[in-house]
Amino acid sequence: MKEVINLPVKNIEEEEYHINMGPQHPSTHGVLRLVVSLQGEIVKNLKPHCGYIHRGIEKMCEKNTYPQIIHLTDRLDYLSAHINNHAVCLLVEKALEIEVPERIKYIRTIIDELNRIASHQLWWCSFGMDLGGLTCFFYGLRDREHILDIFEESFGSRLLHSYYTPGGLIQDVHPNFQKRVKDFIKYFRKKIKDYDDILTGNIIMQERTKGIGLLTKEDAISYGVTGPSGRGSGFSCDVRKHHPYSMYSNVEFNEILFHEGDTFARYMVRMHEMRESMKIIEQLIDNIPAGDYTAKMKAVLKLPVGEYFQRVEAARGEFGVYVVSDGNKTPYRMKFRSPNFSNLSALDHISREGKIADLVAIGGSLDYVIPDIDR
Amino acid sequence: MDNTTLKEKVLSLVPGAEFLENKQYITFIIPVEKMHDLARNLKNEPEFNFDYLFCLSGVDMVKYLEIVYHLESTTHRHELVLKVRTADRENPAVDTVCDIWKTADFHEREVYDLLGIKFNHHPDMRRIFLDDDWKGHPLRKDYIDEVNIVEL
Repeated sequence: MKEVINLPVKNIEEEEYHINMGPQHPSTHGVLRLVVSLQGEIVKNLKPHCGYIHRGIEKMCEKNTYPQIIHLTDRLDYLSAHINNHAVCLLVEKALEIEVPERIKYIRTIIDELNRIASHQLWWCSFGMDLGGLTCFFYGLRDREHILDIFEESFGSRLLHSYYTPGGLIQDVHPNFQKRVKDFIKYFRKKIKDYDDILTGNIIMQERTKGIGLLTKEDAISYGVTGPSGRGSGFSCDVRKHHPYSMYSNVEFNEILFHEGDTFARYMVRMHEMRESMKIIEQLIDNIPAGDYTAKMKAVLKLPVGEYFQRVEAARGEFGVYVVSDGNKTPYRMKFRSPNFSNLSALDHISREGKIADLVAIGGSLDYVIPDIDR
Repeated sequence: MDNTTLKEKVLSLVPGAEFLENKQYITFIIPVEKMHDLARNLKNEPEFNFDYLFCLSGVDMVKYLEIVYHLESTTHRHELVLKVRTADRENPAVDTVCDIWKTADFHEREVYDLLGIKFNHHPDMRRIFLDDDWKGHPLRKDYIDEVNIVEL
């Protein structure tokens, strides 16, 4: 008779072990690798490993002119491409002391908000899918398609637009723009109710998000967690309110603040923000003044010697551009303060002592876009 | 606090600090050894309360390496820029501020990775984007990479 070999059985309940989540994992939404230390199924700590999609954009900027750099900023957070473009445009306009026509400010603000809605829709659908609700994915993508169609009609691209240029826009919006945006708002006001019906009120979703991934206000500020994630912890960090640019000082909207600091609070902030964005668009869409779509600009843009900083509110938080100029047509040094990079740094802190399954929900609620982290 | 009082207070806190004219933010150059104490003061004193470090960047100015701290207070809403300079290109080192603002943890690793400035007492001073065996620091102005960077 064969001898039975008794292999030593380790007690995995007590011993820590590591697993790699990513770089290819559906819930990381890109190439991010998390080395998770686990005891049983409790997360003891995790180390994010970035750089799988590091392209050296800051180095590339040093070789490119400012209008060319616009195209690189699309490729940071591709889901809020317009808003990243906006930051660079505002920075160049501020440095050259150019006042752009009112029409441009209106159009930029409207398109930024459409972009924010589209980004939150994609977040909502993938968040739902991460938690197991596949229907959400179809609902979200279906409605996002309407915004992408508006974008495509006006400037020909659906994801990486590069529509803004320093001093204005590449071309005027399509004559149908106003009508289609208004139709979309009417359509989406009805549809967003479905979002609440299918996911917000869902008991399984609530059980998986309430009280999970707590982040206090002090920690949110210290980690620099901004955007909807920061506002879910009560950190008032909306750049549109505190440092208004374009038309944001002339429109009425609320900064959505939740104070629970859990995954559900971050979810609710985004749900309300979509409604606030629609409110902003409604105030502007009927009043777009006539005029040029670009200010008079020189052919070669050279920023005066000095340093400049521009902050804007991207869909995931505060996006900043820091430029040191030596008076040439290319920047001497360009640095992007990307919201996702700072938000990711808090992931270790908020997922500790939680279950590994909750890590998926927490990661979804932070809504990171990896190219923005790696740059 | 308005910029004039802020300027006087910071200059009285750090006698060796140098004030720089800048249109957007008031800017100071702080001696390397005094940075950490000043940072702690700015964060903890209720009249300053600079609790939000919204950007930390490294710049290679060829003559010296520079680290730029953009600070804001979430209660008083005043802003400030601090700069630290080091002329040492071989082994540049600055004290970390990640015990004061936790966001500095990742940002300092990025500066180390791309500019090669070490941060003393940082808990995890490794490269963040590039491979561990990468040679050199790409954002330095004297960095040469004949394979990946095509000179036009």
